[in-house]
Amino acid sequence: MTLVVLVTGVPIYWMFATAFKTNQEVYTVPPTWFPARWTTDNFLDAWGHAPFGRFYLNSLITTAVSTLAKMTNAILCVYAFALLRFPRKDLLFLAVLAALMIPEEVTVLPNYLTVASLGWVNTYAGLLAPTFASAFGTFLMRQHFLSLPREVLDAARIDGAGHWHTLWHVALPMSRPVVITLFMLTVVQRWNEFFWPLIVTNTASMRTLPIGIYYLFTQEGATQWGVIMAGVIYVVLPVMALFLFVQRYVVEGIAAGAVKG
Amino acid sequence: MPLSLSLPASAGTRERAVARPPLPPLRGALRERLTFLAFVAPNLSLLAVFSYWPLVQNVWLSFVEWNMIAPEQLWVGLENWAIVLSGADFRQIALNTLLFTLFSVGLTLALGLSCALLLNQPLAGRNAARAVLFTPTLLPGSAIALVWIYMLDPRWGLIRTVLSWVGIASPRWLIDPAWALPAVILVYVWKAVGYSVVIFLAGLQGIPRELYEAARVDGAGPWDRFRAVTLPGLGPISFFLLVTSLLSAIQAFDILRVMTAGGPVIATTTLVYQLYNEGFVAFNAGRAAVYSLLLFGVMLALTAAQLRFVERRVTYS
Repeated sequence: MTLVVLVTGVPIYWMFATAFKTNQEVYTVPPTWFPARWTTDNFLDAWGHAPFGRFYLNSLITTAVSTLAKMTNAILCVYAFALLRFPRKDLLFLAVLAALMIPEEVTVLPNYLTVASLGWVNTYAGLLAPTFASAFGTFLMRQHFLSLPREVLDAARIDGAGHWHTLWHVALPMSRPVVITLFMLTVVQRWNEFFWPLIVTNTASMRTLPIGIYYLFTQEGATQWGVIMAGVIYVVLPVMALFLFVQRYVVEGIAAGAVKG
Repeated sequence: MPLSLSLPASAGTRERAVARPPLPPLRGALRERLTFLAFVAPNLSLLAVFSYWPLVQNVWLSFVEWNMIAPEQLWVGLENWAIVLSGADFRQIALNTLLFTLFSVGLTLALGLSCALLLNQPLAGRNAARAVLFTPTLLPGSAIALVWIYMLDPRWGLIRTVLSWVGIASPRWLIDPAWALPAVILVYVWKAVGYSVVIFLAGLQGIPRELYEAARVDGAGPWDRFRAVTLPGLGPISFFLLVTSLLSAIQAFDILRVMTAGGPVIATTTLVYQLYNEGFVAFNAGRAAVYSLLLFGVMLALTAAQLRFVERRVTYS
């Protein structure tokens, strides 16, 4: 087990160790396991070489807005499909599910053309618009919403609560674990998104973090590994910190989804 | 119900009328339908615009020649399809995609199962180990790719040092066409294995203890127990994992873009990567659309296989 952990963990350790080494030490052979002289210069250099502040802002905005929109869509949709009556709603549900089979890569070219025709290339609107729909979230939460106790929901309705109120104040509080799991998965997925922002942005000021470090690398080449690793840490640190706190929700949520599905 | 309208309300219905929401039933039903539409409409219209309409557009674009800028799209019939499918590179691209997908998924599942079996033992620190294994899954592919470009560097990389311990000279991983594909597979597997560990662990914990006890009573050794209890018990979840892993391996892009850009030459160019090349490097919308539809076809076939399997499972169990 130690071996398994080492093989998985060493690249992550190596990223941290390199970021704190001096440029001279980075290129010593054989490499040193611990930085001989600790330095934070790489972090300052990385921040100076690329507008990381702007990358953070862009990543935060796109992740937050996109996650919020996706979650809202998924929650509204799953409540409607699981708990409201509508003629032939099974067919409509199939239309949502079938979208799971159309991956981003297949839609990327036409969506680029759509966004371009709206004049949204290199804007937040362009970065965000195609990410708002949710097929996966609706699918993930459906079983849970179907299993919500009808009596409680009906009681709320009888007390005069509208569907809007029942959804947010009765159904949602009873669904906390599945909602948090979906939230975490969506945040991580949005934060790491690469293909679409790569295509739809064309200036440094609109790039998100995963695209930003890629361009930092193409500019610095393989000459400044300490600086590049510092940039990589800027990108991965928020995800790792988040994971530390909510590990259980993510891991167990994924596992539960697979066992039921 | 015209009949009930003509009859005086019985005691029972009057009671229900009190308990019901203030709206009369008919308006309540109408309201429910309108609410349904209001809740579902945003998501469905977004899916229509950004998922379904692109499929239609892809079909159209695959029949035209267009550089994505000119106002005119020139109808060329099946020419794009012919050029792509008979092109000198297509055979290699298809082979790359096949090799990348099969090796990535095969290794991910084999390693994932081994690690899951290990972590299923009551060992100290297994939760921490699970967390470490799962971490790469969550990190951005572009960041991971950069770490590994450095690790694999034949001059200063850590892998070079590790190989030198056993007296092997480091290959020039990303520059040598023979080693580039194995290198990106290695990185993909490193990133993906944690996900399959978590899923396999969930599957292992779902196998009833009594089955192992029964097998032991019948005199089955560890290997027999693995073959007769563990493997069949993991069957359904393995299939789920197989399909989802195949689907995500076929879509791999960020690691390829950053590590090799499809190269050297076209040694790591897959269907997705060629779609990107045609669409966003060569600005050839027609051929990019052909690649999009090929990719969609492969994914559709895989999903159909999964659906059929699930259906059979439901029918026979």
